[in-house]
Amino acid sequence: MDVVTLRTITTLALFAAFIGVCVWAWSKKRKKRFEDAANLPFADDDVANRTAKR
Amino acid sequence: MDSQLTYNYKVIRQFTIMTVVWGIVGMTVGVLIAAQLAWPALNFDLPWLTYSRLRPLHTNAVIFAFGGCALFATSLYVVQRTCQTRLISDKLAAFVFWGWTAVILLAAITLPLGITSSKEYAELEWPIDLLITVVWVAYAILFFGTIMKRRTPHIYVANWFYGAFILTVAVLHVVNSAELPVSLWKSYSVYPGAIDAMVQWWYGHNAVGFFLTAGFLGIMYYFVPKQAERPIYSYRLSVVHFWALISLYMWAGPHHLHYTALPNWAQSIGMVFSLMLLAPSWGGMINGVMTLSGAWHKLRSDPILRFMIVSLSFYGMSTFEGPMMSIKTVNALSHYTDWTIGHVHSGALGWVGLISIGAVYALIKPLFNREFYSVKLIEVHFWVATIGIVLYIAAMWIAGVMQGLMWRAVNSDGTLTYSFVESLEATHPYYVVRLLGGALFLLGMFVMAWNLYKTLGRSAETVPSTAAQTA
Repeated sequence: MDVVTLRTITTLALFAAFIGVCVWAWSKKRKKRFEDAANLPFADDDVANRTAKR
Repeated sequence: MDSQLTYNYKVIRQFTIMTVVWGIVGMTVGVLIAAQLAWPALNFDLPWLTYSRLRPLHTNAVIFAFGGCALFATSLYVVQRTCQTRLISDKLAAFVFWGWTAVILLAAITLPLGITSSKEYAELEWPIDLLITVVWVAYAILFFGTIMKRRTPHIYVANWFYGAFILTVAVLHVVNSAELPVSLWKSYSVYPGAIDAMVQWWYGHNAVGFFLTAGFLGIMYYFVPKQAERPIYSYRLSVVHFWALISLYMWAGPHHLHYTALPNWAQSIGMVFSLMLLAPSWGGMINGVMTLSGAWHKLRSDPILRFMIVSLSFYGMSTFEGPMMSIKTVNALSHYTDWTIGHVHSGALGWVGLISIGAVYALIKPLFNREFYSVKLIEVHFWVATIGIVLYIAAMWIAGVMQGLMWRAVNSDGTLTYSFVESLEATHPYYVVRLLGGALFLLGMFVMAWNLYKTLGRSAETVPSTAAQTA
């Protein structure tokens, strides 16, 4: 295999990987999961209050 | 959730306070060397105060002491809060704090003495390099160990960015610091010639990409939503942002070596990957700014949020400027001029500085449970710092483009139109303006220190939750 073919394959593989990440991130299946994750900064206020210095 | 669980805030309080302290130290050295460029006599003919020794002290102090403490404080805070668990070990946390403090103190002693490996942003000599490695491994165990015992099903995106920062900095430090000691305080790089230059700028640019970008994006992904009281604009975009950013940054280093002995193909790779970096950088910036969509009015009333959002606009500006400067023909004009210094400070003061300051202000209430002595002084800090940055970067842009044009100007007979000294003379007024800008930014840090000092002197609030009464 010559170097140009190798470079072409690498470029296409990386492009496919990028598309794959996008499809994975925006798939309907993971909607709920990501919404839950996005709310994590707001989920632990009782522990933070307990830790707060008095 | 465990009703007895508390977080380890001690180490966070230590690192938060030291962020402000080291910020003032590092920026004071910066202001001194800016003054030396305008008036060279200010080195007082003392070897310890020469520009060449203080410049690495400035960069190490602001990046690794100020920026480093901000990253330790926020990462160890965010990992506990979003994993809803305490750090795995209080002793290890204390070791990380005191170990890192020792590294900073050793740097502050050795650099003015002229002890240096001469690698930019990696000047510290081999015994300190070994100490950094030990502290960093302890930090990695602390961070990833805490993630492993998390009580939440998902690892919040800020932790992904912090994780990438910790892992990559470990690899960068170990590879770039491979050196042969010849005495206690002198070593030489194991890499020869152009390879050494390439390893150095692979390290150097990824220090920007993973220390000064990925780590601070971790701050952005937690503190902007928290301060705006709404989740990040698009969590899905943050996933793509993460993978795109970390896979592209790794290859951008060669743009520091355009038109050098580095092979041409390597320079081209550096340029192309730098250009592509615009996409994830702006994706991340838009994600942060758009979090305020529908709540823009908060910017009017909340100066802490304003620090964060303005820092994101500086991030957007410098990540547009960076790819542009990596284009070889643009670089032919900009390289070795003060334009580079302007670019770096638009990122360092504007992005890293303002987001860290915003995060420190945001940490005061949860960590110390006190109301601010003065919100008005936070406003003052914001405006003094912002005006300082604008003066600084505008002066350096003008100076840089002017230097580039003067250096390349040739007469019809092929001789140079200007001598180097003529360009230096023309730069002088801009060095004075830059000094003024830097001094304003430092003044803002003093305002912050005063405000925090008065805030911590107040008595603590009574905690509103019922859980507090039992503790």
